[in-house]
Amino acid sequence: MTDLASHAAALGAAPPRPTVSDRLKFYGIWLATAVALLVLPQVFSSGGSLTTFSLVGISIIFALSYNILLGQTGMLSFGHAVYYGLGGFLAIHAINIVGFHKWPIPLPLMPLIGGVAGLFFAALIGWVMTQRSGTAFAMISLGLAELVASSALILRTFFGGEAGISANRTKLFKVFGLSFGPQIQIYYLIAAWTLIAIIAMYALTRTPLGRMCNAVRDNPERVQFVGYDPHVVRYLAFCFSGFFAGIAGALAAINFEIANSAYLGATQSGTVLFSTYIGGIGFFIGPIVGAVFVTVLSLGLSDLTQVWQLYFGLFFIAVVAFAPGGITGLLMMHRPLIRAGMLQRMLPSYLIAVVPTLALCTGLMMMIETIVHYTVNPNESPNIKAFGIPFNAERPSVWAISAVLIIVGFILARMSWTRVGQTWDATLSAARAKVHAT
Amino acid sequence: MDGRDKPGHDEFIRHGPDKIMLELIVISTLNGVLYGMLLFLMASGLTVIFSMLGVLNFAHASFYMLGAFFGFQISRWFGFWPGLIVAPILAGAIGAAVERYGLRRVHKNGHVAELLFTFGLAFAIEEIVSIIWGKVPVDYRTPELLDFPAFTIFSTNYPAYKMFMLAVSVVIFLGLLVALKKTRIGLIVQAALTHPHMVAHLGHNVERIFMLVFGVGTALAAVAGVIAGPSLVTQSNMAALVGPILFVVVVVGGLGSLPGAFIASLLIGLLQTFAVSINGSLGSVFGPLGPELAQSWLSDIWNVSVAQVAPIMPYLLLVLILIFRPMGLLGTRES
Repeated sequence: MTDLASHAAALGAAPPRPTVSDRLKFYGIWLATAVALLVLPQVFSSGGSLTTFSLVGISIIFALSYNILLGQTGMLSFGHAVYYGLGGFLAIHAINIVGFHKWPIPLPLMPLIGGVAGLFFAALIGWVMTQRSGTAFAMISLGLAELVASSALILRTFFGGEAGISANRTKLFKVFGLSFGPQIQIYYLIAAWTLIAIIAMYALTRTPLGRMCNAVRDNPERVQFVGYDPHVVRYLAFCFSGFFAGIAGALAAINFEIANSAYLGATQSGTVLFSTYIGGIGFFIGPIVGAVFVTVLSLGLSDLTQVWQLYFGLFFIAVVAFAPGGITGLLMMHRPLIRAGMLQRMLPSYLIAVVPTLALCTGLMMMIETIVHYTVNPNESPNIKAFGIPFNAERPSVWAISAVLIIVGFILARMSWTRVGQTWDATLSAARAKVHAT
Repeated sequence: MDGRDKPGHDEFIRHGPDKIMLELIVISTLNGVLYGMLLFLMASGLTVIFSMLGVLNFAHASFYMLGAFFGFQISRWFGFWPGLIVAPILAGAIGAAVERYGLRRVHKNGHVAELLFTFGLAFAIEEIVSIIWGKVPVDYRTPELLDFPAFTIFSTNYPAYKMFMLAVSVVIFLGLLVALKKTRIGLIVQAALTHPHMVAHLGHNVERIFMLVFGVGTALAAVAGVIAGPSLVTQSNMAALVGPILFVVVVVGGLGSLPGAFIASLLIGLLQTFAVSINGSLGSVFGPLGPELAQSWLSDIWNVSVAQVAPIMPYLLLVLILIFRPMGLLGTRES
């Protein structure tokens, strides 16, 4: 009896308060992020890097908002750009209207209007959409995205047709004498909103709603037994996701001073799906990593090769097939090994596996670039340079070299990755045994 | 579908409104049924694949595009007719290989991973096609044998090639029906539509059936591509244009229901074709009731013609179906 009572008391009592060091660690991460965002433009101060940072910030918010759906609630959406785009359009219109009437509303508040717009449209459309989950939801999201994107071309007054709607962000009410003309001010605006949005979305994952979202993702039937309606939980998650997507869209509109129908389109929806999944949907930080990676890659790859989108698609397929946890998933896999101090046991087999994999990729790259040379630009010089590797595409030996690289690389890569798998299993069991022993 | 057969203003004066109306209805019905049958050629494969494998093949329309481009390339080398046979076989073989070496590997990571795999595949196929054949439409011609008007209704010539398209899709539809109802493999496929696990328990080589179904399904989409290519535009964005409509067909018909997909295909085919041929707008019908609306910010909605909204018709239908019948017309399964 006393046993039971004390057990009940333990259950009823508040969970143990986090220790001081845990709290320091927790707040330290956010502080460090804030300081890093402040210092970043001082270290890389060129105009190009400022633009890159701004784009990265926007896509971080967008990818995180997408992960509320995909990672946390298990809803695969092919039309997330709708809320991003509508947020952008509403923000542009708001800037124009506020500027015209000279209302005392400063630019830094405009993303909030975009967010509310995203929330409004998500709340409007979401109820019907979230009735179904799984594959049906994916298809419905695609159909509705097409509906909105095609309607945007019909409703010319609001969406501005093909040209889009532009605005002048410097004409608004000024606070602290900030004109928001120079990119550095826009960077700080985006950085501030990024930090706010990251904190808000992280906080959301810690709320009861965030936990219920995970429950709906893992076992909707059980959620119903507990007394929640999965439809309502999905709907709420959808609304939050639309809100943050709207903020991202408004920031993009402020950054470019224009909103056009491409904001709403399938490409934008695809890009956010790519970034989120490549980064990893299993961890909160995954979409952040993915957004940084994909934005920098898409800006950098287009300088290196003409057909970067193809490589991008192939890379995505490879991630889906071989690393479904994304980049963060791959890194986090190694946590038990690092804890046990056994990471170095894996390194030799990784190094062995990387060589044939690189050979395979080089062979594929040469093959693709050669085909591109013949089909896309046959009249240009055959001395092409892709990914910094120069070669003559019209020499017959190119075909032979790439074929050998692909075939031998494939066979060796397969063998070496099988070896990696075996070493992995052995090392992981050893690491677990070691942790259990201590 | 492409507006080429629309009666013009001159004929309207010559024949009077009644005949023009009849002509419009006949031509639009023919075009609508044709478009619907093409959609069904694709949607049938998509539905069967979805029912058996549980995978929504996002790249299904890409195989339609591959069929069109293979057909174009083969028609350049050997003529149209070999292309009609070889292109679907090639595309089907690629489809089977995708299932065998791609999807089967991804299967253990769950349905989301499978769907994303086909999504990436659709992206990559579009890039590859635009690298090989360029981004502008290719000159895929109708075979000379069929390059004549089949019949004339009042003043509109109906091309023989379109009748041929209709015939091919009807023949394949009937063949599919017979294969499903009368053959052993058809029985297994039918059983797998409703009881996929039971089929596996009965000891059929489910993996091989899956590969076969995937190959045949993608080959059917490719047939649609080969015969639609010369009549519609063969371009590297054709998959992206048809793909979403295909999903609408499958959702509207009801996930995993073949008869549902058939009805939805015809419905959307007719809906879109009739919408294209109607020039009226809200303004022209209700114009006298609210002349001030033509100037307000609602003017876009007020003045847009039905023909201009035709591309979004399927999606409007999708929204309506979702509100009033979330399972789809003949659907029974939740997901």
